[in-house]
Amino acid sequence: MSASAALPMAGAARGTEAGPWLRAWRRLRRRRGAMLGLVVVLIFVVLAVFAAWIAPQDPIATNWGAIRKAPSAEHWMGTDEIGRDVLSRVVWGTRASLLAGLASVSIALLLGVPIGLAAGFLGGFIDGLISRITDAFLACPFLILAIALAAFLGPSLTNAMIAIGVSATPIFVRLTRAQVINIKVEDYVEAARAVGNPPLRIALRHILPNILAPLIVQATLAIAAAVIAEASLSFLGLGQQPPAPSWGSMLNVAKNYVDNAPWMAVWPGMSIFLLVLSFNLLGDGLRDALDPRQR
Amino acid sequence: MIEFLVKRLFTIVPTLVFVSMLIFGLQQLLPGDPAMILAGEDQDPEVIAHLRAKLHLDQPLPMRYAYWIGGVVQGDLGESVRTQLPVLDLILQKLPVTLELALLAMTIALVIGIPAGVVSAVGRGTAWDYAANLFALWGLSTPNFWLGILMILLFSVQLGWLPASGYESPFVDLQANLAAMIMPAFVLGNAIAAVLMRHTRSSMLQVLGADYVRTARAKGLSERVVVLKHALRNALTPIITLGALELGTLLSGAVLTEQVFTIPGFGKLVVDSVFNRDYAVVQGVVLVTATTYILLNLLADVAYFLVNPRLRS
Repeated sequence: MSASAALPMAGAARGTEAGPWLRAWRRLRRRRGAMLGLVVVLIFVVLAVFAAWIAPQDPIATNWGAIRKAPSAEHWMGTDEIGRDVLSRVVWGTRASLLAGLASVSIALLLGVPIGLAAGFLGGFIDGLISRITDAFLACPFLILAIALAAFLGPSLTNAMIAIGVSATPIFVRLTRAQVINIKVEDYVEAARAVGNPPLRIALRHILPNILAPLIVQATLAIAAAVIAEASLSFLGLGQQPPAPSWGSMLNVAKNYVDNAPWMAVWPGMSIFLLVLSFNLLGDGLRDALDPRQR
Repeated sequence: MIEFLVKRLFTIVPTLVFVSMLIFGLQQLLPGDPAMILAGEDQDPEVIAHLRAKLHLDQPLPMRYAYWIGGVVQGDLGESVRTQLPVLDLILQKLPVTLELALLAMTIALVIGIPAGVVSAVGRGTAWDYAANLFALWGLSTPNFWLGILMILLFSVQLGWLPASGYESPFVDLQANLAAMIMPAFVLGNAIAAVLMRHTRSSMLQVLGADYVRTARAKGLSERVVVLKHALRNALTPIITLGALELGTLLSGAVLTEQVFTIPGFGKLVVDSVFNRDYAVVQGVVLVTATTYILLNLLADVAYFLVNPRLRS
C-alpha cells in the first residue's frame, strides 16, 4: 500500500492523492483479462473506422470466376457464394456490429436512466406504474421482443438498433431505480435536501454521479449482448439488409454452404465471438475495478 | 402462504394487462392501414373487409383493445394469414417440439453447469476454477447459431455421425428423434450451462463459508459428504428459481437454433411468420411467451418460498 493511501487525510490536503476514478483505472489495468478485452475492442474500433483503408477489396464486388474459393494468397479468408472477398466483408461488417452495439445501448441508457431516476426518486404511484410497465417489458424474452419489434418496424439496421435498444431499456430502468433507492437515504442526499436544493438538482448533481459505476458495468455487458442480438437479427434477415455486409447475414448464407465452403461460416462467427468475448472480459474487469468495497 | 400468493397475484395482474397492451400496441407500429397489411400479399378484398370488421377499425383505439383482449381471454388470438388456421392452434401444435428441445437443453445445462460450478467453487483459485471460468466465458460469448453451424460442420459433414436437419416425432422413431435433437439441445443448453455454472459457483462459495459447514467438517465428516450433502443442498435453492427464469433465454435461443437445424418448432414458427408478414401469429407468440414467463416467475417464487423455511414464518 502506498504512503498516500495509509494517510488519506494528508494526501487529500496535499492534493496529490489519486481520485476514485484514477484508482479504479489502476485496478483495471492490473487485470490481464480486462486489458486484453480492451485492446481487442480498440482493434475492432480501428477496423470499423478505417474499414475503407484496411479492407483489401470491395466488399460488395461480385466475381463470378472466383465463387467459393478456399482461403488463398489473394483472398486470405476465401470467397463467398458470389465471389466476394470474405476478409473485406468481415472488416466492413465490423461497422454494423459495433454501431448496433453502441447505438442500442445508448438508446437504452438515454431512455432507461431518466425513467429509472424518476421511478426511484419520486416513488409512490409513479414508481408503481413504471415498475409494472418495466415488468411487462421484461416478461417478454429479450430476443423475441426484439424480433417482434423489428418485424413490425420493418427490416433494416436502424430498426434493429431501435428494437434492441428498446428491449434493453427495462434492464437499465430497473438497475437505476434500485441504485437510486439505495442512495436516496444517504446522509449527503438528506443534507442536500435540507440546504434547499430543488429535486432535479439533487437527482442530477448528487445522486446520478454516485450510481455511475454499476451503470458503466451493465452498459459494457449490454453492448456484448447487443452485438449478439444484432448478429441474431441479421441472421434471421431482420437487421442489416444485403448486400451490405453484416456478420449475422453472412452466417445466414454460410449455413447453406457448410459442406463445400466452411470458411464462409468460420470467419464471421469468429469475429462475433471475439468482439463479444472482449466486451464480456472488459465488463467483468470493470465490475471488479469499480467495486465500491475497494474504494 | 395463501396471503403470499394473493399478494403476488396482485402484482401479476397489472403486469399481464400491461403486457397485453404492449403487444396490442405493436400493431400500431405498422405504417398504413392495418387491415390491408394484415391481409397479406394477396390483398383479397373479402379478407380485408373481414379483417376490418373483426378488428373494429372504425372504433377508437381503447375499444379496439377491449375487443382484442376479450377475444384473447376466450382463446381467440386471430388467424394466420398464410394458413387461415387459428393462431392458438398453430402455437399449440408447434409448442411440444420446442418443449422437448427445451427439456433436453435444460438437462444438458444442469448436467454440465452444476458440477462445473461445484468443482469451481471447491477448487477455488486452482486450475479447475480457471478452466470452469473459461468455459463460462466461452458459453456466454459464443453465438449459438454459429456454434450450431460449426457442430453441423464437424458431426454431420466431416464425421457423418448425426443428421444436420430433419425432425421425427419421438413417438414414431425415438432414435431418429434423439439423433436430430442432440446437437441443437447441446447448442441451446451450452449458454445456459455457463450461466448456471456461474451462479452455482457463487452460491456454493457463500454456503461453504457458513458456520454449519464448519461444524460438519469439525465433526469429522468426509469432505465429499460435507460438500455434496450439506453445502450443495443449500446452495441449490436459488438455482431452482434461476432454472425457471432461464426459460426466457431458452425460448430466445430456440428461435435461432431451430432455424439452423430446421426443426419445426415454436421458434421456427416465429421466424417464418415474420418473413411471411403473418403479424397475428407474431403477436400471438409474444403474448403466449410472455404469459408463460410471468406464470413461471410466480411458480419459481412459490417454489423458493416453499423450499426456504425462513420465508415461511
